[in-house]
Amino acid sequence: MATRQAQALGRLALAPSVIALAAWSFVPLALTIYFAFLRYNLQDPDNTGWAGFSNFYYFFKDPYFLKDLINTLLLVGSVIVTTVVGGVLLALLLDQPFWGRGIVRLLMISPFFIMPTVSSLVWKNLIMHPVFGLLAGIQRLFGAHQPIDWFGTYPRFSVALIVSWQWLPYAALILLTALQSLDEEQKDAAAMDGAPPLSYFYHIVLPHLARPITVVILIETIFLLNIFAEIKVTSVGGFAGNLTYLVFSQLNDATDVGMAAAGGLVAVVLANIVSAFLVRMVGKNLEA
Amino acid sequence: MARKQSTRRTIVLTAVAWTIGILLFFPIFWTAVAAFKTESDAYTLPQNFLTTPWTLENFGIVQERSDYLRYIFNTSVIVILSTLLGLLLAIPAAWSMAFAPQAEATSKLSGWTWLAIILASLVICFLGLYFTDWKPANAFVGIVLLLIFVVPASLWAWTRRTHDGLLWMLSTKMMPPAGALIPIYLIFNRNGLVFKDWGWINLSDYNIMDSFWGMVPLMTLLNLPIIIWMLFTYFKEIPVGILEAARMDGASLWNELARVLTPMALPGIASTCLLNLILSWNEAFWSLNLTNKYAAPLSFFISEYSSPEGQFWAKLSAASIMAIAPILVIGWFSQKQLVRGLTFGAVK
Repeated sequence: MATRQAQALGRLALAPSVIALAAWSFVPLALTIYFAFLRYNLQDPDNTGWAGFSNFYYFFKDPYFLKDLINTLLLVGSVIVTTVVGGVLLALLLDQPFWGRGIVRLLMISPFFIMPTVSSLVWKNLIMHPVFGLLAGIQRLFGAHQPIDWFGTYPRFSVALIVSWQWLPYAALILLTALQSLDEEQKDAAAMDGAPPLSYFYHIVLPHLARPITVVILIETIFLLNIFAEIKVTSVGGFAGNLTYLVFSQLNDATDVGMAAAGGLVAVVLANIVSAFLVRMVGKNLEA
Repeated sequence: MARKQSTRRTIVLTAVAWTIGILLFFPIFWTAVAAFKTESDAYTLPQNFLTTPWTLENFGIVQERSDYLRYIFNTSVIVILSTLLGLLLAIPAAWSMAFAPQAEATSKLSGWTWLAIILASLVICFLGLYFTDWKPANAFVGIVLLLIFVVPASLWAWTRRTHDGLLWMLSTKMMPPAGALIPIYLIFNRNGLVFKDWGWINLSDYNIMDSFWGMVPLMTLLNLPIIIWMLFTYFKEIPVGILEAARMDGASLWNELARVLTPMALPGIASTCLLNLILSWNEAFWSLNLTNKYAAPLSFFISEYSSPEGQFWAKLSAASIMAIAPILVIGWFSQKQLVRGLTFGAVK
């Protein structure tokens, strides 16, 4: 057992990280709260002072707020459904024996390592461009004269598609790892009893995956609430912007610090609802 | 009979799996191919692979026009320095949590008391700001206000039992960047808008916008929770007796950490570094918001291609491939170790 002296040293060794993280997590948050109640516009430096709740009032009244809130939820929801369903299927597939499993695994995981700015521009230009894009070419092959202008007509779908492509490997990799920890004996027993594949999946695999799926959903939600580069770089912020993008544009285009801060707080509240669940789940598994 | 069926099954599975794998990888493959074509060929559909003249000139043009080497240098500086700084902070912290864990909170105050103290300190800060007309009158007042708030918050986190402390650290990773963007942007900003009124010191002379002084610590803080978390799980696997034996033999704390623990945990530390490398290499939100020239990393470099001038696909592809190739290869090699860090240990 650790001695009293070691305990004291341990506390000391912990201090730098704790101070760094406390400063990093509390100070910006406190300042955001501070700014949210302030009249503070970078273009209008003379107009200062206490703003009460008016920043929140105008932020909620902004027509973009409701639109971007809905966009945020749609993006998070659609990507999660796609990646979890696709991830389960991919994980089940990769868990089977076939030739070249290692290589397929590498091919499949690759999108996760691509930086968001690259995948946005590659998808927007090389794949989904209305004239020269690959999808337009395929459509013409089937006789379409007016190929779909993906980002012009369906900006939200296009963003969701890119983001799903990036996060599908994540879900699949995590679920595959979970699947591989499934008890061999249970598998054998099910095979011995001649359980049909569907009921084997439903009664044994799915309950085993319930927890990892929840974790994937929670972690993805936290990261997907913050999607930014995909929207900024493909310049669809006006149509498919989310809350993160709205905060950015309040700061950058409207230069209204107070309003942007109010928006930031809304994003914090949204994320906290999710992370409360996630922290609880992580805590149960944590042996410390 | 069973054997024959299983061979057929394998063939079908192989076909399906390869189709899906290739489909998912296709955008990357397509980009890689376009990078070696001439501009006009890159736009041609359907592609004719046999007659296309392959060329390397795009890579040269990208370097010439947008100075790729400077951006990859910036990225490397940010990634490497922030990883080293992160390890420097995280190794002692993870050591302390893994080998000298605190089973009980060291302070006797309840959670509600702490909440009240922290909220009270926040209110005091607000009152201070109110009476100084919403702007700290001078640097001293500003720093005092900052300390009034940070000290209780740090103390609260510091006196948690190890279990809760670790959870708290992980939870800082879950804070949305939109919530921190405004203050960080203003603190980093060239004009020093937050602090410019501070009497005897003009902080606007020391702006860290678009500099390594800002980006490296920021990137460290972004990934510190994950580094600590991963190191903690690896350290847990090392028997505590070995460290105690070193201590019995009179090893100092530094020797215990640097000569005993670090060499033993080297594989774990390596995969922690790899995950950190991948995460900071691909980081886009802060890079796009806080850099534009001097410290701009590769994600910014690529985003410059979003406003096209003339035919640019082959160049865009070449630039993209140059930006992703190093990290893609690293990712392939370390994919098995990544799961641990990517789920905060919630999946085993």
